[in-house]
Amino acid sequence: MVSLSPILLPLVMAVVVFFTPSKRWRPRLLAATAVAHFALTVALLSQPAGPVTSGWLRLDAPGRLLLGLVSLLFLCCAVYSVGYLRYRVERANRRFCACLLVALGTMSLVAYSQHFGLLWVSMEATTLATAPLIYFNRTPRSIEATWKYLMLSSVGLAMALFGSFFLGYAALLGGGEASLLFSDLLVGAEALSKPWLRAGFALLLVGYGTKLGLAPMHTWKPDAYGEAPGVVGAVLAGGLTSCAFLALARLTQVAGAAGEGDYANRLLVLIGIGSMGVAGALLLGQRDLKRMLAYSSVEQMGILALAAGLGAGAGFAAMLHMVNNALAKGALFLAVGNVHRAFGSKTIDTVRGALTRLPVSGTLFLLAFFAVTGSPPFGLFASELLILKEIFAGGRYVLGGFFLAFLFLAFAGMGSTTLTALQGRPPRSARDSNYRDRFATVAPPLLLLGIVLLFGLWLPDPIRALVSDAAAALEVGR
Amino acid sequence: MHSTLSSLVAILLLINLVALGSSRIGTVVRAVALQGVVLGALALAAHGELSYRVLALALGSAALKGWAIPVVLFRALRQVAIKREVEPSLGLLPSLLLGAAATVLAIVASSALPLAETELAPLLVPASFATVAAGFILLTTRRKAINQVLGFILLENGIFVFGLLLVEAMPFLVEAGVLLDLFVGIFVFSIIIHHINREFASLDTRRLSLLKE
Repeated sequence: MVSLSPILLPLVMAVVVFFTPSKRWRPRLLAATAVAHFALTVALLSQPAGPVTSGWLRLDAPGRLLLGLVSLLFLCCAVYSVGYLRYRVERANRRFCACLLVALGTMSLVAYSQHFGLLWVSMEATTLATAPLIYFNRTPRSIEATWKYLMLSSVGLAMALFGSFFLGYAALLGGGEASLLFSDLLVGAEALSKPWLRAGFALLLVGYGTKLGLAPMHTWKPDAYGEAPGVVGAVLAGGLTSCAFLALARLTQVAGAAGEGDYANRLLVLIGIGSMGVAGALLLGQRDLKRMLAYSSVEQMGILALAAGLGAGAGFAAMLHMVNNALAKGALFLAVGNVHRAFGSKTIDTVRGALTRLPVSGTLFLLAFFAVTGSPPFGLFASELLILKEIFAGGRYVLGGFFLAFLFLAFAGMGSTTLTALQGRPPRSARDSNYRDRFATVAPPLLLLGIVLLFGLWLPDPIRALVSDAAAALEVGR
Repeated sequence: MHSTLSSLVAILLLINLVALGSSRIGTVVRAVALQGVVLGALALAAHGELSYRVLALALGSAALKGWAIPVVLFRALRQVAIKREVEPSLGLLPSLLLGAAATVLAIVASSALPLAETELAPLLVPASFATVAAGFILLTTRRKAINQVLGFILLENGIFVFGLLLVEAMPFLVEAGVLLDLFVGIFVFSIIIHHINREFASLDTRRLSLLKE
C-alpha cells in the first residue's frame, strides 16, 4: 500500500481540498500535498527498483522516471499556484485546486500502469481532470477551447482504446491468452496476429498522438494552451505529454518485439518530422505568446516521436529529451504566465518591454526560450544533439537536414515573437497593473530552468541511471 | 444461443440507423439509451456461462448507458432549453445512407481480417466496426454540441462490442475504470454544454470559432 501512495495521496487530498471551506487554505493544501508527493517519490526512487514481478499495477524503470519527472514538475506548479491564485482572488479556486490534485494522482497512475487497458483509463482520467482547469477564466474563448480539447482528446483516446483491444485480439489469435499486460504482450510478441497488430498500432498512434499533439491531430493544442492559465499549460505541456509519450514508447516496444519495428518506425519518423514542419511553419509570425508555446510543444513532440522511431540506439536520447522538454516547458509557461498577468494580454500587440516591466520574469522568459529551442548550454541542446547523431549514424542525411531546418525555423519564429515581447517600452496599462514578481511566482520557473541548465552541463549519476534504466527497459526485445 | 446473439446484433445495427435518421434529439438520446441496454444483454449472451464478473459488467454498463447517461443528457437538454431538432449539416437521408454503406463496408472489412474460430467474432467484429462508423458520422455531420456527444457515445458503444471478445484480457477494475471514465466524461461534457449555451446563446458548434490562426 505504501508503494501506491503517490497515486492515493493526491486523490485523497483532492477530496479534502474540495471540501475545504477556506479559499486561502486550498492553495496551501495543494502545495503541501505536492511537497509530500515529491518527498514520497524521492524516497521511492532512492530505493533500488524491486524485482520484476507481474501484475498490472507496479512501478518499472520507465514508470520511475515518469513519476519522478511529474512529481518535480508538479511541485513547482503547485508552489507557483499559491502565488498565482493570490492574484486571482476574484475567482473561485475550489475546482481548480481539486482538479490539479486529481491530475497529479492520475498522472502517477499512468506511471504505474502495466496494462494497455489501465494505461487508457488513466490517460482518459488525466484528460477529464484537466478539462475544467482550461476554463478557469470562464470566458467564451476558454469554453470553446475546453470543448475542443475534450472532444478531440476523447475521440482520439477512444481510438486508442479501440487500438488496445486490437492488440488484445492479436494476442488471442496468436494462440496465447488474450492479455493486455505489457509483459505478456512482449513475451508472446512473435505470435501476435500481424494485421491486427498493425491496425492496432495505427489506432494507438492516432489516439496517443492526439494527446501528444502530433500533427495533424494537434489542432486542440494552441486553443487549450492558449486559453488555460500558464500553470495549467505547464502541467499539460510538461506532464500530460510526457505520460502520452511513455504510452507511445511502450507501444513501439511491443511492435518492435513483434518484428514490426520497421513499420512502426516509419510511421513514427513520418509523423514526427511532419509535426516539426507544421509547428515550424505556424511559429513564424505568431502573435500570441501562449499559442506560440503550444506550437513549440507540437514541435518538441514531433522530435520525441521521431526519436522513438529511430530504433534502439536513440532510446536514451528520447527519454532524456522527454525530461528536458517537460522541465523547460514548465519554466517557459510559468514565466509567460507572469507576463500575461502583468500585461493583461498575451499578444505582442500589447506585450512590449516585458524585460523592463518584469526584469526577473522577463529574463526567465528569455532564457527559457533559448533552452526550449535547443540552444547550448541547456539540456535540450544535449538531447537534440544525441538524436541528430543517431539520425546521421543511420545514414539518413535528408532526414537530418529537415530536422535541422525545422529546428532553425522554430528558433527563428519563436525568436522574433519573443524578442518583440521583451524589448521596447511597456504600455501604460502594464506599468499600472498590480502584478509584481514575488518569490512564489518566480522561484518555480527559476528552479526548473536551473535544472535544465544543469542537465545540459552535467547529468548527475542518479539521474543518468534513471534515464538509462528507463531507456534500457523500453528496448528489451526491440 | 446463436440466434439470440444475432438478433441482438441486428437490433444494435438498427439502432445505429435510427440514431442517424432521427430528426429530434430526444429520440436519438432514447435510441442510444436503448442501445446501452442491448449492449448489456449482448454481454450476457456472448458469454455462455454466467460468472459474477460478466453479470456485474453487463448490469453496470446497462445501468450506466441505459439510465445514468440519458438522465444526465436529458437534464442538459432541459437546462439549455434549445430547439429539439437535430440540425444536421448533412441531410438525414444522406447520413442514413452513409450509415448503411458503412455497415456493408464493415462486414467486408472484417471478412478481410483474420478472425478466431468462434461463432462470436464473425458477428461482433462487423457490428463493432459499423457502430464505430455510425458514431463518427454522427460526430462529424451534426452541428449541435449535444449531438456530437451522442456520436461519441455511439463510438464508445462500438468499441465496447469489440471488447466483448476480450473479457479475459481486462481485469475487472480496469473494465470498471473504462465505464467510470465514460460516465465522468459525459458528465463533464454536459457541464460544458451548459456553459457553451450561456456564453454563446446557442449550442451550434459552428459558433465556436473565436480561436483560430
